[in-house]
Amino acid sequence: MSLAAKSNEIRMALTGNESVAYAMKQINPDVVAAYPITPQTEIVQIFSSYVADGDVDTVFERVESEHSAMSAVVGAAAAGARSMTATSANGLALMWEVVYIAASNRLPIVMPVVNRALSGPINIHCDHSDTMGARDSGWIQLYSENAQEAYDNTLQAVRIAEHPDVELPVMVCQDGFIISHALDNLYTLDDAAVQAFVGQNNPRYSLLDVDHPTTFGPLDLQDWYFEHKRQQAEGMKNALDVIPEIAKEYEGISGRDYGFFEEYRTDDAEAVMMVLGSTAGTAKDVVDAMRSEGKRVGLVKLRVFRPLPVAHLVRALRGKPALAIMDRAESFAASGGPLYKEIRSALYDCEQAPMVSNYIYGLGGRDIRPEDLRQVFEDNLRAAAAGHIEKPVTYLGVRE
Amino acid sequence: MNDKLKAYFRTDHLPHIWCPGCGNGIVTAAIVRAIDDLGWSKDDTVFVSGIGCSSRAPGYLDFNTLHTTHGRALVFATGVKVARPDLNVIVITGDGDASAIGGNHLIHAARRNIDITTICFNNNIYGMTGGQYSPLSPTDSFASTAPYGNADRTFDLCRLVEAAGASYVARGTTYHVTPLTNMIRRGLEKKGFSFVEAMTACPVYFGRRNKLPTGVDLLNWQRDNAVPVSRAAKMEPEELAGKIVIGTFLDVEMPEYTETYERLLKEHAADRSGE
Ligand SMILES: Cc1ncc(C[n+]2csc(CCOP(=O)(O)OP(=O)(O)O)c2C)c(N)n1
Ligand code: SF4
Repeated sequence: MSLAAKSNEIRMALTGNESVAYAMKQINPDVVAAYPITPQTEIVQIFSSYVADGDVDTVFERVESEHSAMSAVVGAAAAGARSMTATSANGLALMWEVVYIAASNRLPIVMPVVNRALSGPINIHCDHSDTMGARDSGWIQLYSENAQEAYDNTLQAVRIAEHPDVELPVMVCQDGFIISHALDNLYTLDDAAVQAFVGQNNPRYSLLDVDHPTTFGPLDLQDWYFEHKRQQAEGMKNALDVIPEIAKEYEGISGRDYGFFEEYRTDDAEAVMMVLGSTAGTAKDVVDAMRSEGKRVGLVKLRVFRPLPVAHLVRALRGKPALAIMDRAESFAASGGPLYKEIRSALYDCEQAPMVSNYIYGLGGRDIRPEDLRQVFEDNLRAAAAGHIEKPVTYLGVRE
Repeated sequence: MNDKLKAYFRTDHLPHIWCPGCGNGIVTAAIVRAIDDLGWSKDDTVFVSGIGCSSRAPGYLDFNTLHTTHGRALVFATGVKVARPDLNVIVITGDGDASAIGGNHLIHAARRNIDITTICFNNNIYGMTGGQYSPLSPTDSFASTAPYGNADRTFDLCRLVEAAGASYVARGTTYHVTPLTNMIRRGLEKKGFSFVEAMTACPVYFGRRNKLPTGVDLLNWQRDNAVPVSRAAKMEPEELAGKIVIGTFLDVEMPEYTETYERLLKEHAADRSGE
């Protein structure tokens, strides 16, 4: 992503939570239902003052739990309303049952998720265990490096979700506290540009379309269940075409280009690191420092984790000697984290596949320091030179 | 804190996280005094709590403590009680924890009349997450999610729990500490589901937004608005608007869940062993 202001852009200093609340204000959704949870709370709290001040036309429901929040937006979306909620960690966990219902009903709900470690032990700080747990729920997942990306991803998410070839809900993820509570300087579009971009929601089916009565969520047994799941999988596949289209259009109004992932100084890299979220910022600094010492290191920051852009990743990673995958979540498979598993499997059929290693880091908000990332690069440069990886899975920055 | 009470605390976990002026310490101390009065052993007593400022209390108490998830303390506690009916089980919960996200469990624990004492710290707000209104925030009061006043109606949790089938129901305040302590003691002694709603102060999120910015303001508010249940019975609904009715609403003897269960097992022991 490159920062460049267009004439319709306004520079603002906002935290990640504020930037998403502001994006929601500009989207002006029909319905928002939510329940507070740290570190997401602010998004909805700020949004509630937009509602109270009459800045948006949204019907805002302060429900009694996240299970109810997701249920309410499912109902609203089925009725044809553009609907949003937001959550973190245990809030997402409590939504679980309905998270799947949203996706299987093909409802284009957009949900900012402020990543926080899932209990227990109880912890309010960042890791990706919450959204990684939802990776097979049928939601699209976009990860953000900073408040700018959280803002941009939220706006694009509306279009991706509602695209007739996709019709799937989207989680827009940002790292708890690290992004959500840190002030950033970013460009926002003016309201008219956002409204023109998001346009009207024209759902193919809706409960309030009384001329074409429909039913959502009926019993679906051996006869059709499988076909519906197959279609859902197709929607996710179609998102691989739709996400770049929407990004292109968004670049047209914002000047900021978004791919499935960002390649940072990877061209001749011997050791490449892959990360999700805010760690990319630190990693870029480390790449710059090591490049200035003549070390060939680079970074791939994955923005779109669901759907996984396998073909694009294979093209980008083919021929790189060593690849270190950074997981801010443990999968408890006794064999590495979720991102590692998926990327390594994606590279299985690739000729000249890199050697892949995994680093599990930052659980429960444990700080990831430049020295830690430098260590990962050094390990991988050594592995590249030696032609083999010594340790497939490493827990980084933990007392053992 | 006097030395006698200190013995009930994990002093190495102090100082607590509560804000200056917070009423949670007063309620916690009332619970400890009630236990001390009864002479209960720490080893035979279990505290279960949900999530919230109030639910942090068991973390400071030197008992068997189980800190669970938001709204679910009563279900975890039900598990503890059915597994070990001999233990004293106490639930600490907030108004949001008990009446919003966990409201369903409150109804069912009361319906079963299981021998658990629930102390609901009612500060009229979601304290821990920064002052969003809860189902117990008064109508028209201000909250971070209600900048122009709360449109929702509130629960009367005591009436709800009474109707659901509890054995003991009372409401006290942190201003009236001695009656509150006595209510808690009576609740603890009671065989069956007991519920004590303790009105407590959150100056930081409830008070500041509602022209009661300090702990003292909130204590005075409790003093000035509390109406004993006997007097309330003679008042018109309009006169009671905005008042806090305090006292014991229900104190009855009813079959307790784990005892009923035990009895059923005994009665049907022969059938169950296939004889
Ligand atoms: C499933 C889930 N949703 C939301 C939260 C966030 N949360 C923690 S405490 C709390 C509300 C606390 O209010 P209350 O129960 O009244 O207790 P208080 O903090 O006021 O004592 C919320 C919403 C959570 N921990 N888990
Ligand atoms: S936020 Fe309110 S309830 Fe929580 S500790 Fe502070 S004063 Fe007490």
